[in-house]
Amino acid sequence: MSAFRFKPYTEMTSEDYAAIELKCGLEVHRQLLTRRKLFCRCPAGRYSKEYHAEVLRHMRPTLSELGEYDGTALMEKKTRKNIYYRLNQQTVCTYEMDDTPPFFMDDEALDIALELCLLLKLNIVGELHIARKQYLDGSIPTGFQRTAIVGVDGELFYQGRRIGVRQLSIEEDSCREVTDIGHDRVYLTDRLGMPLIEVVTEPEMYTPQEVAEVGEIIRLLCHSTRHVRVGSGAARQDVNVSVRGGTRVEIKGTPQIWRNPHLIYNEAMRQCALLHIRDLLRERGVTSETLQTSVAEVTRTVANTAYVPIRKAVEDGLLVKAIALKHFEGLLNHPTQEHTTFAKEFSDRVRVIACLTQLPNIAHSDLAAETLSSREWREVRRKMRADADDALLLVWGNEADTVTAAQEIILRAREATIGVPSDTRQAYKDGTNGFERVLPGPERMYPDTDLPPIEINSARLERLAVQIPRRVWELDERLQEIRGLAPQLRQQLLRSPYGELFCRIMTSGSLSPNWLAVVLTESLIGLRREGCELQFLSEPLLTEVFTAVVQQRLVPEGVMPMLRYFCRSIETLTPVELVNKAIYELRLNLIPIDQVRESVVRAVAELPIELFVQPDDLPRYLMGRLMEQWRGRLPGRQLAQLVREQLTGHAGIQHKWKNYSWAMIP
Amino acid sequence: MGDDSLKGYRGVGRTVLERHEAGVWSDVTVETTRGRFRGIVLPRSETADDRHIVLKLISGYNVGVAAEQVTSMVVHDRREAHYKVPEKQFPFDPAKPRVKLLGTGGTIASRLDYRTGAVIPAFSPGELYGSVPELADICNLETEKLFGVFSENMGPQQYIKLAQNIGEEIAKGVDGIVIGHGTDTMHHTAAILTFMVQNPPIPIVMVGSQRSSDRPSSDAAMNLMCAVNAAACGDIAEVMVCMFGPTSDQYCLLHRGTRVRKMHSSYRSTFRTIGENPLAMIDPHSITPLRQDYHHRRTDRQVTINSAFEEKVTILYYYPNMMPDVVDALVEKGYKGIVIAGTGLGHVNKPLYAAIKRATDAGVHIYMTVQTLWGYVQMYVYETGRELMELGIIPAANMLPEVAYVKLCWALGQSTDRNEVRRLMLTSINDEITEREPYNGYLIYQGAIPEVQEFLRSIKR
Ligand SMILES: [Zn+2]
Repeated sequence: MSAFRFKPYTEMTSEDYAAIELKCGLEVHRQLLTRRKLFCRCPAGRYSKEYHAEVLRHMRPTLSELGEYDGTALMEKKTRKNIYYRLNQQTVCTYEMDDTPPFFMDDEALDIALELCLLLKLNIVGELHIARKQYLDGSIPTGFQRTAIVGVDGELFYQGRRIGVRQLSIEEDSCREVTDIGHDRVYLTDRLGMPLIEVVTEPEMYTPQEVAEVGEIIRLLCHSTRHVRVGSGAARQDVNVSVRGGTRVEIKGTPQIWRNPHLIYNEAMRQCALLHIRDLLRERGVTSETLQTSVAEVTRTVANTAYVPIRKAVEDGLLVKAIALKHFEGLLNHPTQEHTTFAKEFSDRVRVIACLTQLPNIAHSDLAAETLSSREWREVRRKMRADADDALLLVWGNEADTVTAAQEIILRAREATIGVPSDTRQAYKDGTNGFERVLPGPERMYPDTDLPPIEINSARLERLAVQIPRRVWELDERLQEIRGLAPQLRQQLLRSPYGELFCRIMTSGSLSPNWLAVVLTESLIGLRREGCELQFLSEPLLTEVFTAVVQQRLVPEGVMPMLRYFCRSIETLTPVELVNKAIYELRLNLIPIDQVRESVVRAVAELPIELFVQPDDLPRYLMGRLMEQWRGRLPGRQLAQLVREQLTGHAGIQHKWKNYSWAMIP
Repeated sequence: MGDDSLKGYRGVGRTVLERHEAGVWSDVTVETTRGRFRGIVLPRSETADDRHIVLKLISGYNVGVAAEQVTSMVVHDRREAHYKVPEKQFPFDPAKPRVKLLGTGGTIASRLDYRTGAVIPAFSPGELYGSVPELADICNLETEKLFGVFSENMGPQQYIKLAQNIGEEIAKGVDGIVIGHGTDTMHHTAAILTFMVQNPPIPIVMVGSQRSSDRPSSDAAMNLMCAVNAAACGDIAEVMVCMFGPTSDQYCLLHRGTRVRKMHSSYRSTFRTIGENPLAMIDPHSITPLRQDYHHRRTDRQVTINSAFEEKVTILYYYPNMMPDVVDALVEKGYKGIVIAGTGLGHVNKPLYAAIKRATDAGVHIYMTVQTLWGYVQMYVYETGRELMELGIIPAANMLPEVAYVKLCWALGQSTDRNEVRRLMLTSINDEITEREPYNGYLIYQGAIPEVQEFLRSIKR
């Protein structure tokens, strides 16, 4: 058997990936920009770590159709987690806590999902049936996610190649995990229930780079609707990876598209390595049927070890168990991913399923030097009656957890004789991945009996069809037709919200495409960095600016100063500028008193005295008229003073009401 | 094609399936004006419209296809599935107590047929063991399905049969009885059983679930384990309700059958003891009594079964502006007993007086309870109350309206003599009337108050 060889990441070519028959699919999750959550009336998109109460729940697997527990379910049952939900009164109600049945699905969310279905040319269902997809990790308090297929069998185009889109579903988002230590897992519930779509592609991408680029196309497509949420956590992707002879493995929740290629590389390597390990085991005569293992408690044998994790465990009264894997000697050091060995597969299972979360949680004989002394390993080996070509693993913890851990190690060893187990794996920042759970099957889907199906009529689709934007790849084709546009600027236009506007302006005039592209991408980004609010630059306004250039009313050099002028929002002004601008625009400046006196004199002169019966009504009438004119520009007290002055000396009044005092003017 | 192969399909949906010789469980490819769909035809819910055909896709999701948009349909295969709950022999351990589980129709344990959404109940000991294997750690379980009715359809026939069966099981020597019951009317049944089965030597525990057991977050398994624990090992020999204490998965509460009421339409912790404290906190392994004044388990087999029941009794929930003709109509229709849920301390308005007088003169037995649920009827405080008593209305102290209703049914089943009925009604059998209300018997915390918020934050509920 040849030694395991796998090129470093940077040296891998598409031929190398073709040789191992790498196949990848994408599952893109995207939060929708709605006011409310999907199945209740709580506000969407409000995040807070503050909480007012906690609820404790356990998840109990339900039986699958054959009376067996589904693999995932079985795993979660073994973990026996206490799940704590943190509740914030502003972000959750009794629905999310599974204490109230669902309300009807949010229409706004469904419209956005349908819009994306139209963009991806999916076959849209006649009737939406809400399903329950079981999640027993506690990330949803009901134990299932409410989800529904909106469309199937669509397409997108990547470099002229059709990539199948298997389905688009609308679903509720899950909780955010806070901690997961030992048997306690804590969740924040603010994100729970927010509307989300999931776009699933066919496994039709063959290099890590293609996965990243298709991911980018889906991202741009979502953005082009302007109805999806942006920012951290608003988009998450799962990548399905398999190689020849391997199994579909799902890498969960990578928030950044550019991380995907490295993750895929490591998973491809891991699958090839696991297949290599299986072949080595077969050479040694180890198969699923012939696998031999044994378990024994060795607490006393290793009680005095200098190896700190074990010594500390023994001091804390915990147990140490040894597991012997016959003929596995040397394999635990077999590389599986970058700076990762096969031993990690065992450590992961012990961590996740037996809840022994404090690392290191295993020690093994292939890395003997770093753990027990060689004498101690000899003692353990003798106690286990193990041969030199057997691998030994040690785990420590309480009785129940070490029993589970030993079972899991044996289970994982058995899987090694078969090949690549179908896992859901979590992505690490260094590009490697780790076990998260067993990949669930279709058995975890149940119809939701709490809600009736929702009919999706053609009128609704027709209404939405008129508002959908041009598809990213179609826009790309259009941009390619524009002569002289630099490819790099074309890419930037595709990523900007102005690609469509660019095309429209280009058809209307003889502008330099590269100049226009730079203005609409780099220059506008520059403006935003200066602190300008691009929301003031509406599409009609931008169109008008460039029309002025086309018609030679405006020199091209004038465009940027003009745009900067338009989008100077109040946030960019100094306090002094801001106050002066408001005074000027709202006409709030104080008026010199002489100017007001003139208008008072005029008003008094025009006073129709004959119409008044009571002298008290005169000042009231005058004040009413004058306030209309001068409110906010002269203090009311001063205005009253002026009125009194003028009335006092008025001959007609003196004549009609002799000796009346005007002191009581309001 | 037989009817069953088009289960639930009517109208255009049915026509389209028939035209393409497809039926339920056909694996089909459907071409529609919205594109192609491949899946297995599922039965259609009877209450859904007749314009759609339901398919289960390979992904496990269901979708509906508009029948009118179907242009063609190709049948590939037929894949019917039969589901049943796994049955495993319930282990027998001579050292463990014997518990009898009586079923009334509510599903305690069940699983969902993942294709149709139908709930398949688990009820035999083997099925229950398959679903809740922990039960075998507690007791030896026998089960018997007495009838299959929804909670809201429980009535005198069922009450009487239940009471008789309980009597027989006690005689047979079981150590405890658990009754599976839908939650909606569980407190009615708990009350009537308290009157029909008096002084039992063993625990009689009613149990149900607020979240069906096909859901991973169901309260069913925990409720059942706690109920079985109370029946097998508990010392409280009364008719009780065993349901979630807090909404968290922490413990259940045992409620006395005459003081318990369902208080929320969907919460797990919906059952509350009203005007008293619950009997005990309980988990699958231990019981923590909260009171000492309960009936203790006995080794004898003595029990009084009295299954009398008069059906012509009603509850009148009073509201302002209630018209007297409502009362007259009841008398005319031959009602023999009326429990009024009155306002405040037990009041109704003056315009009803004449009708009430006519009713009592006609021999109708009228008892007053309070719609506030908490607190006593006190008809001496205001003149209204004194006048009502003069008209023949009898105050029923702090009996809950539903409890007073079933008790009046039971009392009138035994006698129509005014004094005898009165004696039966006002002689408390098991705390349907209590002599005093403890200060912590009325606790409805209000959110947003700082000390309540502090409590919620520090105590997982
Ligand atoms: Zn909510």
